[in-house]
Amino acid sequence: MAKRIDVSGLTAYYGTHKAIEDISMTVEPRSVTAFIGPSGCGKSTFLRTLNRMHEVTPGGRVEGKVMLDDENLYGAGVDPVSVRRTVGMVFQRPNPFPTMSIFENVAAGLKLNGSYKKSELEGIVEKSLKGANLWNEVKDRLNKPGAGLSGGQQQRLCIARAIAVEPDVLLMDEPCSALDPISTLAIEDLIGELKERFTIVIVTHNMQQAARVSDRTAFFNLAGVGQPGKLIEIDETERIFSNPSVQATEDYISGRFG
Amino acid sequence: MKTDIEPTSSTAPPQDRARGTGRLGDKIFLGLSRGSGILLLAIMAAIAVFLTIRAISAISEDHGNFLTTFEWNTTSRPMVFGIAVLAYGTIVSSIIAMLIAVPIAVGIALFISHYAPRRLATPVAYVIDLLAAVPSIVYGLWGALFLVPHLTGLYQWLDDYLGWTKLFEYNDGAPRSLFTIGILLAIMIIPIVTSVSREVFRQVPQMHEEAALALGATRWEVVRMSVLPFGRSGIISASMLGLGRALGETMAVATVLSPSYDIVPSLLDPGGGTFAQNIAAHFKEADGPARDALIASGLVLFVITLLVNGAARLIIARRKEYSGAAA
Repeated sequence: MAKRIDVSGLTAYYGTHKAIEDISMTVEPRSVTAFIGPSGCGKSTFLRTLNRMHEVTPGGRVEGKVMLDDENLYGAGVDPVSVRRTVGMVFQRPNPFPTMSIFENVAAGLKLNGSYKKSELEGIVEKSLKGANLWNEVKDRLNKPGAGLSGGQQQRLCIARAIAVEPDVLLMDEPCSALDPISTLAIEDLIGELKERFTIVIVTHNMQQAARVSDRTAFFNLAGVGQPGKLIEIDETERIFSNPSVQATEDYISGRFG
Repeated sequence: MKTDIEPTSSTAPPQDRARGTGRLGDKIFLGLSRGSGILLLAIMAAIAVFLTIRAISAISEDHGNFLTTFEWNTTSRPMVFGIAVLAYGTIVSSIIAMLIAVPIAVGIALFISHYAPRRLATPVAYVIDLLAAVPSIVYGLWGALFLVPHLTGLYQWLDDYLGWTKLFEYNDGAPRSLFTIGILLAIMIIPIVTSVSREVFRQVPQMHEEAALALGATRWEVVRMSVLPFGRSGIISASMLGLGRALGETMAVATVLSPSYDIVPSLLDPGGGTFAQNIAAHFKEADGPARDALIASGLVLFVITLLVNGAARLIIARRKEYSGAAA
C-alpha cells in the first residue's frame, strides 16, 4: 500500500551540529521523488529521517513531523522498529547479508515479521525477485550466497529484500552510484516499474538520472560549510530541469557550482 | 565475493612477487621476512623433533601401556606410566571451561560493542583487558583460598538436582575437583575471548548492520542477523586462543587440584590431573628417564593442541564463501 509522506518543519542534528533545518514537503504516493544537491547538503540525512534511521547514528536526533498518511512517525509511543518495517530502504553500496543465501536474503525481512509456511515463503521470494527483475538470473541458484552475485545483481537483490515485506514507501540512497552503466539502467527501469506499487524517494548525484526516473525533484543546498542544509525547492521534474523558480537550482543544474 | 578486479599482488605470478624491485630496502625486507618465516618453522620443527626423540626413549621403557595405564610411577624401575588420566582431566576441564567462558565472553563482548553507552563500555573493556594481565599463580591462590571453600554450596545444590547422573555426585570435602578447575580456567580465559570477540564485533561493517535495521530489526535481531554471522569465525578463533590457554594452564591447576591417578566418575569430587599440572608436579625431582616420561606426556598435549587448532581452521574454512570477510 503506497502512502503519502507529509513532512513539516523537520530539523535534524548530529550532536550539536544542525545538519538540516526546517524542511517541509509532500511526497505523493505511487510516484518517484528525487533529491538532488551538492555533497553535504543533507539530502541523505533527510532521507534517513523518513524511516527513523537517522537516530541510529550516535548523537542523531530529529525535531518536526513526518506524517505517513495520518500517522506521525515521530509521534509519542511510535516504535522506530515498526516504522522501518513499513518504510523500506536501499543503500548506496549493495549490502546483502553475506552469510545468507539468495533465498534467505529475500526472506530475511519476512522472518522478522512473523512465521510463514515454507510454500508461502517460496511464493513471496519468487514474487519479490521477479519484482526486482532478478528472478531469471538467480532462479537456479537460490541457495548460493548472495554475496557471490555481481554488484548490480546484489543491488537488485537488496531491492527484492526491501519489497518482500510490502513496505508503504521505498527509500533509495544513491542506489546506482556503485554500479556500472548497464546495471544502473537495469535499476532505473526497475524504479519505473516499482512506482506502480510503492511511494519511492531516491537520492542521486546523477542529474540525468533524476531527470530520467523521477516525477518530482527536490533541490537541497547549504549556505556554507558548517551551515545546515535546506530545501530550496521541490517541483515537477520537468519544471526543475527546464525552468526552475530559484536561481540557485538553475546554477546547480547547469553545472555552475556543486 | 567474486570481483572482476583483483589486487595485482594476488594475480601476479609468485616468482615476480618474491623478486621485488631489486632496491636495497626491498632486499633487506624480503630477507628479513623470509628469514622470520623460516625461523618460525624451524623452531616448531625443533620442538617437535626434540619432544618425539625423548618421548620415544621414554615410551620404550614404559612397562605399562602409555595410552591406557592409570598410573604415573617413574621413580621406581621399571617405570609404569600412562596418560589416560591426564588426557581425560585436561580435556574435561577445558571443555567445562569453554562451556562456561565462551557464552559469557561473547555476551560481554556484545555488551561492550553494541549495547553499553560509550561512557560505560570503555572502562568495562579496560577492566576486562586488565584481568588478562593477572598472573596465573594469583588466580591459583585465589582459587584455592577463596573459590574452593565457596563452591561447596553450589556443589551440594548440583548434587541435589543432578546427582542421579553420577557426573554431578558430590561427597563432602574440599571440592578440589576437575569442575572447580573448569570454573577457574573459565574465569582465566574470559578476558582473552572477550577482547578478541569485541574487536571482531567492532569491525562489523556498518552497512551490514544497517541492512538489518532498515528491515525493521530490533537490536537483538541486528546482532543475530549481522553481527554474529560476521563475527562467527572471530568467535571461533577467540575460543581457540582461550582453549589453548586452558589446555596448557599449569600453576593455577597445580595449586587448586588435588591430583590422583584415576578417573573419578563425578566431576565434583577431587582427583584426576592434567598434563601441565602433572609435569609441574613431577619435573623437579625427576631424573633422566622420568623426565623423558614427562616429555612424552608433553608431546601428547602438543598433538592435542595441534588437532584442536586444525579442527577450528576446518570449521572456519568450511563456510568460507559465506564468511562475509570478502564483502
